[in-house]
Amino acid sequence: MFRRSEQDKRPQVQIFVDGVAVAARQGDTVSAALLASSCDARRSTAVSGAPRLPYCMMGVCFDCLVTIDGVGNRQGCLVPVAEGMQVEIQKGKREIGK
Amino acid sequence: MTVAPKREDYDVVVIGAGPAGLAAAATSAEAGLSTLLLDENIGPGGQVFRAIATTPVTDRSQLGADYWVGADLVQALRASNAEIIHRATVWSLDRNLDIAVSIGGASAFVRAKRVILATGALERPFPIPGWTLPGVMTAGAAQTMLKSSALVPDGRTVIAGQGPLLWLLAAQILRLGGRIDRILDTTERGNYFAALPHAFAFLTSPYFAKGLSMMREVKAKVQVVSGVTELSAAGDGQLASVSYVAGGKRETIPADLLLLHQGVVPNVNLAMSAGIEHRWDDLQLCWSPVLDANGSSSVAGIAIAGDGAGIGGANAAVVRGRIAARAAVEALAPAVAAKLPSMATLRTDLAKAERGRMFLDTLFRPAPQFRIPTGDTIVCRCEEVTAKDVLDSVAIGATGPNQLKAYRRTGMGPCQGRLCGLTVTELMAQARAKTPQEIGYYRLRAPVKPITLAELAAVPKSEADVKAVVRG
Repeated sequence: MFRRSEQDKRPQVQIFVDGVAVAARQGDTVSAALLASSCDARRSTAVSGAPRLPYCMMGVCFDCLVTIDGVGNRQGCLVPVAEGMQVEIQKGKREIGK
Repeated sequence: MTVAPKREDYDVVVIGAGPAGLAAAATSAEAGLSTLLLDENIGPGGQVFRAIATTPVTDRSQLGADYWVGADLVQALRASNAEIIHRATVWSLDRNLDIAVSIGGASAFVRAKRVILATGALERPFPIPGWTLPGVMTAGAAQTMLKSSALVPDGRTVIAGQGPLLWLLAAQILRLGGRIDRILDTTERGNYFAALPHAFAFLTSPYFAKGLSMMREVKAKVQVVSGVTELSAAGDGQLASVSYVAGGKRETIPADLLLLHQGVVPNVNLAMSAGIEHRWDDLQLCWSPVLDANGSSSVAGIAIAGDGAGIGGANAAVVRGRIAARAAVEALAPAVAAKLPSMATLRTDLAKAERGRMFLDTLFRPAPQFRIPTGDTIVCRCEEVTAKDVLDSVAIGATGPNQLKAYRRTGMGPCQGRLCGLTVTELMAQARAKTPQEIGYYRLRAPVKPITLAELAAVPKSEADVKAVVRG
């Protein structure tokens, strides 16, 4: 859906999405890194289980909700990637303990 | 790394580091007031100057001169003594000017003598059939990714809607080598006539020449369909096609990405939760705070600057930020205020920056069918409530947005009404033959952004706090 412009010379940062290594760039938000990757980043909603991807990318819509380093319901569009970060695509509502 | 505020009390706390917030904080700090700037994003700039300090798009012509203005504002702020904290989500502000802010999963509390809200705008909801499908995003979302990560649309891309941002985004995508298959312009034909009386001010404003050249640049490369009167997205779990009607003719085109935009509206959540009076703006079709000429709100000590004060654009936001900050300096350090540009000068700057706005507001006033959906089109994205659900609730007695919560949970999901509030108000107003002002809006309360119970529980407590809830 999106690709990186060749002029982007930022250093790579490796994150893991459901255990699979994904190359992000320093300064990417988690949501941007997911949309730039080839992974199926669709979460499913808590109400009906409908698939969603980020809609606003500016912290207002909450369609980017994702589990980051074991913590659920994080707004992926507001969190910058970090080396070794563990991202899980969140299916349904946040689970207790996450 | 997370940094808590250095003090508990400040002269001025500015919330939001977009054009208005950057200008306000710099003005206040330069005048010697202790100033804290709290901002939710990773770096300064807000949306207009998103990633201004870090963007990988280094060829200045691609994002345009209007974007790079932001670099000077950031430089001025950093040269001042203002304390700046990013990734700081303010979740409560009250009439005592007590502020609760979440930073790195822990809450801190500060008190201000003056608060300047610069929480800006968000894109107006665009509730068409299929707008929740993966592959449908706002134009602003694509622009955010373009500015902060140099990402451009790659698959079959359709941009739909109206307004200056739409053309700016299209030009930027093309300059970075991205793909746009078609632009669907939803501007109502009648709006051109309505806007005519305001044309002179617009023609003599900087918007005109810039807008015209951008539209030419885009139209040379992309097929533009004007007069679009119906729009929908379809697909099974993922966007597959976009369908539209223009000139009475329906067409369906395959698409991987649909970018929607029909203007921006004030981001009212924090201001409303602080008890600031808002009124329905019949031209801009949104809630705007009731403010005096200095941006002071109905709550003593809180001013609003920038698009959160009513949409005026980035240039106006910068001036409004300076006006609100100057008013704070006049109140707290009158001797220093004389050294700042006079209010008269600032008001002249503001009038200049606002020139042409009436024309844009009238021309790009979104059509009713794109604001007030019907049938099974989703209104509330969080709770997945449709237009029919809302109308059914009205039929059995729901009178306004707050009653509707009890019927359908609209506005009670994580976005707290940001993506459905305006639609719910207008839909209920239409169904009940009342004005949006009469129907009202969600009663917003802190926390205005979700925080965890663990974070609340970790808040420092006095012995009296504990005694108040512990038995025996």
